Amino acid sequence: MLRFKAAIFTLLLLLLFCLSAAAQTAEELSDTAALEEPVYEIPRLAQVTNFEAKDSPDDAGGEIELTWDLSVDDKKEDGLVSKYVVLRSQNPTSDFHIVGVANHRDSSYIDKNLKEGTDYYYKIVTFPKYQGEVRLTREEIDPLMEQYPELTELDIKDVSMLAEYDRDIMSVFDDNILGISRVAGPVKSRAQWFNSKDLDTLIIGLTICISVVIFIGMARGGRKLFLRRIGGLQAIENAIGRATEMGKSILFIPGIQDMDDVQTVAGITILGRIAKTIAEYDTKINMPVSRSIVMTTARETIKEAYLSAGRPDAYSDDMVHYITDEQFGYVAAVDGIMVREKPATCFYLGAFFAESLIMAETGNSIGAIQIAGTAMPAQLPFFVAACDYTLIGEELFAASAYLSGEPKQLGSLKGQDVGKFIAMVFIIIGAVFATLAALTGSEDILEITNMIKSWFSA
Amino acid sequence: MNPKTIKLIIFIVILTSIVLSVYFVSMDRDSIREGIFVTSAAFLTLFIMSFLYKDNPYYKFAEHLFVGVSAAYWMTMGFWGTMMPNLVAKLWPGAVRGVLPALAEKDASYWFVIPLFLGLVLLMRLSPKGGWISRWALAFIVGTTAGLNLIRYLRSDFIAQVNNTIIPLVDKTEAGISFWGSFSNIFVFIGVLCGLIYFFFSKEHKGFFGGAARIGILVLMLTFGAGFGYTVMARISLLAGRMTYLFGDWLGLIN
Repeated sequence: MLRFKAAIFTLLLLLLFCLSAAAQTAEELSDTAALEEPVYEIPRLAQVTNFEAKDSPDDAGGEIELTWDLSVDDKKEDGLVSKYVVLRSQNPTSDFHIVGVANHRDSSYIDKNLKEGTDYYYKIVTFPKYQGEVRLTREEIDPLMEQYPELTELDIKDVSMLAEYDRDIMSVFDDNILGISRVAGPVKSRAQWFNSKDLDTLIIGLTICISVVIFIGMARGGRKLFLRRIGGLQAIENAIGRATEMGKSILFIPGIQDMDDVQTVAGITILGRIAKTIAEYDTKINMPVSRSIVMTTARETIKEAYLSAGRPDAYSDDMVHYITDEQFGYVAAVDGIMVREKPATCFYLGAFFAESLIMAETGNSIGAIQIAGTAMPAQLPFFVAACDYTLIGEELFAASAYLSGEPKQLGSLKGQDVGKFIAMVFIIIGAVFATLAALTGSEDILEITNMIKSWFSA
Repeated sequence: MNPKTIKLIIFIVILTSIVLSVYFVSMDRDSIREGIFVTSAAFLTLFIMSFLYKDNPYYKFAEHLFVGVSAAYWMTMGFWGTMMPNLVAKLWPGAVRGVLPALAEKDASYWFVIPLFLGLVLLMRLSPKGGWISRWALAFIVGTTAGLNLIRYLRSDFIAQVNNTIIPLVDKTEAGISFWGSFSNIFVFIGVLCGLIYFFFSKEHKGFFGGAARIGILVLMLTFGAGFGYTVMARISLLAGRMTYLFGDWLGLIN
């Protein structure tokens, strides 16, 4: 009897175990089915309308501009649209790939880095917000991203939503699941010769350039062009004379930029005039530079100045010597030269950065007369504080014209004055209209103000 | 005491300090390499700062080391950062396969024969008789740069400036006319106009024009004053950075 009871009990246990195993298997099977079958219903949103693709205007080529009217669903408050996905293909019926996304409520997109002259076709997908949870793991996402690199344009949530519909994610864009626009195209990108957006720059530039040419012509024709005196320039000759009397050298620093900086060019032009006076006075000049091309140009300039002063024998290439391109290495060396040679005069004419105060302070400490000139707004305060004379901003460029007396430079300066006059006139007219618009609230006056401003839109 | 003896004593003290610093920093960081680098940076900083007292051999040493190392560095950078990728790799991509493999796969672009030619022309300066030819390359560099910069400066220094100065002189808000807003706009308007007058070279600064120019230079000086203070504060932060290195990284006195 005991054996019979034990057998029944064992059978019951076995039955219980089997039932439990069967239940677990059923649960696992149901889980797998959940991943394989769609459990999230992707809302199908209204497609965009009036979708057009055209070559991007006023560009250097390689860009196509897409425009559309917003999906009806995107116009609603708290709508379901999360973004617009841009699809591109070179075939009107197949091979569409994601090339970018535009935010919801955006109605344009510029597709860049395209091959010029190639036909492209586009579609816009009205992409819904995902209301569910991200169920994909990193291990599942990585292979998907590897298979479809274009998915990086989408968020993880978007990928998860698409994966819930079908593990062959890109098929969603072919099925009738999402709101997909009609195909726009074919369209080719082309470069334009003329950028109409820069028309204002062209007109202003031409006006100034024509003024410059007219004034150069006037100067060449022998007409005397008036230029007002520039304070710092009066001091240059005195400073050279002082160095001559003291029997000391003159230090010339052309800044730390290369010849592609207009300030360096202006500095070197002034150097030509200074070098000529130095040659006439038989004074010494020392010019450490931080750029090799500046060294070459400066040597040419000084050589020519010595030649025109009738002292070619006094010229030496050692007058201009390269130090290093490194900003503070150059400053350390210049400071060393200053305290060891104790020049009577220091010129700082060109483009300067953080080294300006270090050099000007050292020059001040050795009692040198210092003349600076730069158009770097952040460095001007230091030169103003530490130097005897400072050519502020455009005075540096004006100085080179004033000193050289060349028709080209004088004409250029006068032409720039025309530009400044135009600027003053339009500022006054624009400000008057803007003030009237603010006081009266008139839309018409505001429109005139905006029109004047638009002529100066950089 | 004999000046030479004083110099010798200073030299011995500095040398001993360097040796001790290398020893202690190495012990602290378990690395002789670290000890040498940290000590070198700290002492070179002190050598450069010694210029505040006066020119001395230690400053000269640091200065020459800095100049020499930086000149060599920039030469190397010029070769590997400009010559190789922008010239050699463009003309003979196969030649850089061993050093710049990514560039070796691209097609040759023979337009780069032009900069090569200009570069060689620039080197003609080394020739006593053909030095004048180098001016061609220089003229090309200066002329091209001037042309390219014309548009850039016209936009940033002229067109944008005019656009930003077309403002109402009366700042009208919903609450009425704002005094400080209007003051600010009038100040900007007058400041820009007077500044332009100061930089107008075709007329002598006399009478009304002279008065406006004086206001212009006054506005400029106010701007310079603000700029001076701002930049000095930035320099103080640089000094603080060096002090942090000396007292923190080197001496370990601050965390």
